[in-house]
Amino acid sequence: MEVIQLIIGGLANGCIYGLVALGFVMIYKSSEGVNFAQGDMMMLGAFIALGLGNADELGLPFWLAVPLAIAIMFGVGWGVERVVVRKLFGQPQFALVILTIALGFVFRFVAGSIWGYSPLVLETPFAGRNLGGGGLVISLADLVAIVVTLVLTLVLWLFFARTKVGLAAQAASQNQMAAYIVGVPVMRINSLTWGLAGAVATVAGVLYATRGAIDPNIGLLGIKAFAAAVIGGLGSLPGALIGGLIIGVVEPLAGRYIPGELSKMSPYIIMLVVLVTRPGGLFAQMHAKKV
Amino acid sequence: MRIVFKTSYDSDIDLHEHWRRRAKYAVLVGIMALLPFLVGEYYLAEAANTLIWALAGMGLMIAVGHTGQVSLGHAAFLAIGAYTDAALMNVGVPFWIAFPAAGLMAGVFGAIIAIPAVRMSGIYLAIATLAVFVIVEELVIMLEPITGGVGGIMAPSITAFGISFDRYGALGNFYWLILAVVVLVTWGYANLMRSPTGRSFLAVRDSEVSARALGINVTRTKALAFGLSSGVTGLAGALMGHYIGFFNYELFSIFISINLLLVVTIGGLGFIQGAFLGAILITGMPQVIAILRDSLNANFGINIGAVPGLDTMLFSVILILFIIFEPTGLYGRWLKIRTWFEIFPLARRDMFRRHKTYLKTERMK
Repeated sequence: MEVIQLIIGGLANGCIYGLVALGFVMIYKSSEGVNFAQGDMMMLGAFIALGLGNADELGLPFWLAVPLAIAIMFGVGWGVERVVVRKLFGQPQFALVILTIALGFVFRFVAGSIWGYSPLVLETPFAGRNLGGGGLVISLADLVAIVVTLVLTLVLWLFFARTKVGLAAQAASQNQMAAYIVGVPVMRINSLTWGLAGAVATVAGVLYATRGAIDPNIGLLGIKAFAAAVIGGLGSLPGALIGGLIIGVVEPLAGRYIPGELSKMSPYIIMLVVLVTRPGGLFAQMHAKKV
Repeated sequence: MRIVFKTSYDSDIDLHEHWRRRAKYAVLVGIMALLPFLVGEYYLAEAANTLIWALAGMGLMIAVGHTGQVSLGHAAFLAIGAYTDAALMNVGVPFWIAFPAAGLMAGVFGAIIAIPAVRMSGIYLAIATLAVFVIVEELVIMLEPITGGVGGIMAPSITAFGISFDRYGALGNFYWLILAVVVLVTWGYANLMRSPTGRSFLAVRDSEVSARALGINVTRTKALAFGLSSGVTGLAGALMGHYIGFFNYELFSIFISINLLLVVTIGGLGFIQGAFLGAILITGMPQVIAILRDSLNANFGINIGAVPGLDTMLFSVILILFIIFEPTGLYGRWLKIRTWFEIFPLARRDMFRRHKTYLKTERMK
């Protein structure tokens, strides 16, 4: 029973890792860049929802505050691409890595100076409500996290695999010049993907906030989500989710059955093992570069 | 405009293309050596700190700037160096054995990691190093008998050949020790870069496919570069341990890794001089901010000290501005200015225009 309980909690956690990982993958899929600020975008999204929704802040109803926060973060993502990331167009990946790390610090500073550095709690309609049965206790927040993540992954997967814009985004990532030649508006596609990444990050942030307090440093969760994206293979949306779930489930189990520090290392050890044995991740999309 | 007249093939690979440039560096080293007589204790300690950062920056520069391998986990190698050195000295090993051992330990560890890691391309390597960093951090806590765990460890004061190099008692000697290490490493590094090994680093950075076609063993080259890089960083870590005196795992946080990346990027990727410029910036900035803060507070009554995290924020903004507007860093900017003066009326703006490049995927699907 205890194991099942741990696994359910882990799945819900893993869904959040998976959602942040989806953000990484989306940007990677469309511009072959890695956005290290994704975790901090999640943090910022959660704080914006909190600022709009909490009674002592703006006090909007939850179901209005969250879509509004998603819209705002879409704008932030879009804006970041337009103002900063676009300047690096065509530069090596490495430049974007450093740039987004720095951006993450800026986000953290912004959130910290508006909302302070002490933990805050987002008021949600499903706080503290539990579903019981057969000796198990499933909190409503966990269930919401799992369902929302599954739906969102499906939608995004359909977007990238079935729609014209999604295919254009994939084309832009594989060969920018060729995509230009066949008429893909590469720049606009990039902006759109960054906006979407911001929106997905907000969903992840709100789900995270329903399950506990938030502070400006929760963005560091991005590192774990990153491990998730890598385990799944950067570039594969379902892979990101599965990677997130693997890490989410392994973490509490390791915490329960493996001593102290070793359990904290477990996500990274899994990631290293995957990287060493399958350098492209479980759902590899990478092949040897040909001349 | 200076015309360099080459009389032998050797002068093509000379360290300095002209004796005047060599003289400039000699003067610089001379001034640095005389620094203990010129400035007070406080600034001497700061200079020592800057040199340590420059050493660590050079370590990272070998990987990032010259071989094109991004590492987000170099703080791990600083930690390995610092702990190896301190732990060995605590059991009575003399400094002149413990110090190289620290570099060797970090270097071997780096090379071992690099061998599987070099199979990965750019971004994956960065992630792997990040994971290694987290693992090393936890290992430090786990290996409490050696590392002191959460409580920390004391780096004993250095005495070699009867001379004290204590951080506080004999700061001048300690400074000279650091300076000697830095000068030696810089000299070795500069010479390495004009040897076949160094050239193969550059070849791998610029195009792995072409490097392989030219007969370079890419895996070995990358592992060697990463090993050297972590070794030099390990040396810097050992010195940093002595400089701080008493430290625990928190000294080597992820922010140190990022600061190191800052050093090499802002300084100028691919230039040894860049590591020094970056180190000066990163150790000088907190001082400037402190002075600015005090004067703003005293003259205008604005208390920016009340805003937490402002330093990191400023660093980040500077970094963003550099990446966007001057990707070649401070040293790249200096080269442009120097060229402008050297060919005075003939310099044109488009001489340094960046090529437009288009990204092609590494995934071939």
